Amino acid sequence: MELLRSRIIIGITLLSMVLMFGSALAQDADKRDVLDSTAVRVGTFKKPVNLPIPAQLDVVEDSEGDAGSSITVSWLPSPDDGAGKNNVIEYQILRSESQDGEYVIVGSASRGMTQFQDATTTDGVTYFYYVRTISKDGGANSQISAGIQSSPQWFNTKDLDTFIIGLIICAAVIYFIYHAQKGKKFFLRQIAGLEAVDEAIGRATEMGRSILFIPGINDMDDVQTVAGITILGRVAKTIAEYDTKINMPVSRSIVMTTARETIKQAYVAAGRPDAYSDDMVHYLTDEQFGYVAAVDGIMVREKPATCFYLGAFFAESLIMAETGNSIGAIQIAGTAMPAQLPFFVAACDYTLIGEELFAASAYLSGEPKQLGSLKGQDVGKIIAMIVILGLCGLYTVASISDSVSLLDFADKIKGLFSAS
Amino acid sequence: MHFDLGVWIGAFLTLGIISFLYKDNPWYKICEAIFVGISAGYWIASLFWQNLVSKLYDNLAPAIVALFHGQIQYNLLYLVAGILGIMMLLRLIPQIGWISRWPLALVVGATAGLQFINYLVSNGVKQIYNTIVPVFGPVSDAGGIPPVATTGEGIGNVIILIGTFTGLVYFFFSKEHKGLFGGAAKVGTWFLMITFGASFGYTVMSRMSLLIGRIDFLVNDWIRGTFG
Repeated sequence: MELLRSRIIIGITLLSMVLMFGSALAQDADKRDVLDSTAVRVGTFKKPVNLPIPAQLDVVEDSEGDAGSSITVSWLPSPDDGAGKNNVIEYQILRSESQDGEYVIVGSASRGMTQFQDATTTDGVTYFYYVRTISKDGGANSQISAGIQSSPQWFNTKDLDTFIIGLIICAAVIYFIYHAQKGKKFFLRQIAGLEAVDEAIGRATEMGRSILFIPGINDMDDVQTVAGITILGRVAKTIAEYDTKINMPVSRSIVMTTARETIKQAYVAAGRPDAYSDDMVHYLTDEQFGYVAAVDGIMVREKPATCFYLGAFFAESLIMAETGNSIGAIQIAGTAMPAQLPFFVAACDYTLIGEELFAASAYLSGEPKQLGSLKGQDVGKIIAMIVILGLCGLYTVASISDSVSLLDFADKIKGLFSAS
Repeated sequence: MHFDLGVWIGAFLTLGIISFLYKDNPWYKICEAIFVGISAGYWIASLFWQNLVSKLYDNLAPAIVALFHGQIQYNLLYLVAGILGIMMLLRLIPQIGWISRWPLALVVGATAGLQFINYLVSNGVKQIYNTIVPVFGPVSDAGGIPPVATTGEGIGNVIILIGTFTGLVYFFFSKEHKGLFGGAAKVGTWFLMITFGASFGYTVMSRMSLLIGRIDFLVNDWIRGTFG
């Protein structure tokens, strides 16, 4: 009996020791988990050997030249970033509104990165940050930053170079407009597509058929649509003079309103206000392919002699141009959408490529303001050509001669064109 | 046999639109009218809820309420947008229809001004930046002596430089395309056409995938789905 009791006591003692040891292990593990995954204090535990060396906070500041609601956190990478068994997986950025408060993860950055932009801040609220370096074995925290607030800035100083380039081009434009208004004649080279406008309208007049004008499928907040509508003014004036019919289906209500005003003014300018009708411009639908289906139907039923496609186009470009081609219409297209230009080039008689569309309105109107603007843009192109040739030459010489100073100089000038 | 009305309507409309490839026909006209009518209605509803309600009313109404409580909120500026919208509708009254030109002028002018920066950056400044490359060696933005270029990189850099430069010459409007200048413009035209050719082929392939998607719908969803 005594023997049994002593064995039970020994057994219970051993079991208790095992349980206590197990409990201690579990508590230690729990404590480490807490510290590794959701720890909010820094420096309260000794870094286990298997954790990465933490990144060091570098700069935490209000993001420069923005509209507020953003703070940029920068850090020096962990020595374990990209090295050895503690290789860093990522950096987590944690934020709190008080230094001793609860920190929450606001984002993460891949290893090798040293900056994170927290674009979820409220202006005027003070935030504290730290960076946690994560490896496969856990995370190690950097020191906590000083309090920082986000705020909006009036000027985006990062785009100062763009501002200066814009000023130079604007100055050139104003200079040429001034001289154009003084009566100076400027030379403009011929653009094939524009030379054909009168011919295309004349053909429609002779055939007694209508002219279809498509201003693209974007709204008036696209400069291509604005350019298309500007050309419409000149086209509509000729149409009014020739007494031909124009049909203009549109996919945007504001474009419809603007186009009606433009055509009305053109008819007034041509001395035929009575011939104008609001029905010349009509809305179909905003839906891209619904619009195309309807335009295709109009084409095959009315068989216009001339089709103009001037504006911003997307996947509908080839569908419309091919249908226009199938009915034997003269087609003049113009867009600055690089992906659609090939289709217009393939299916239309004349295509205004990119900037030719914008030049077209100046070319057709002959107004001093538009001519001066075009000449000013040419100055911008000359500057671009000189910069490209000059800097390419400079880099090549620096490459061949291994000149660090020359390379630094070239880098500085090239940096002027690194618009954000 | 499994009958799914939605799939049958989809098949009917798909075949109706495709029938246009043969010629204009009543089936296509029906599909066209349905497409235009439904999409126009959908867009009206969509614009009403996404613009008029969520952008104007939801921003303006709390600001007006706050105004009655003596607070002036930034969102009161939406009142300007609302007034401009009403001015646009005044064209429905012929006597004062001219007022609708003011918001139009604002839209067009603001568009030109705002897009100026976007176009200058994306079509000008960034293009220049990416074209500045050494003809005989790549240079990192961080500076330092560049490594020796491979032959392929060198040829690529030369093509980028010539293509961009001659392209700019082509779009230069102040000088006749004659002589050396005309020759450079001709080279620029070749670069443009080669680019268009590559883009054409690429886009046609993506359109083929759209066609395959429609055929897949007709064969699998419609025919196999219905008749097993």
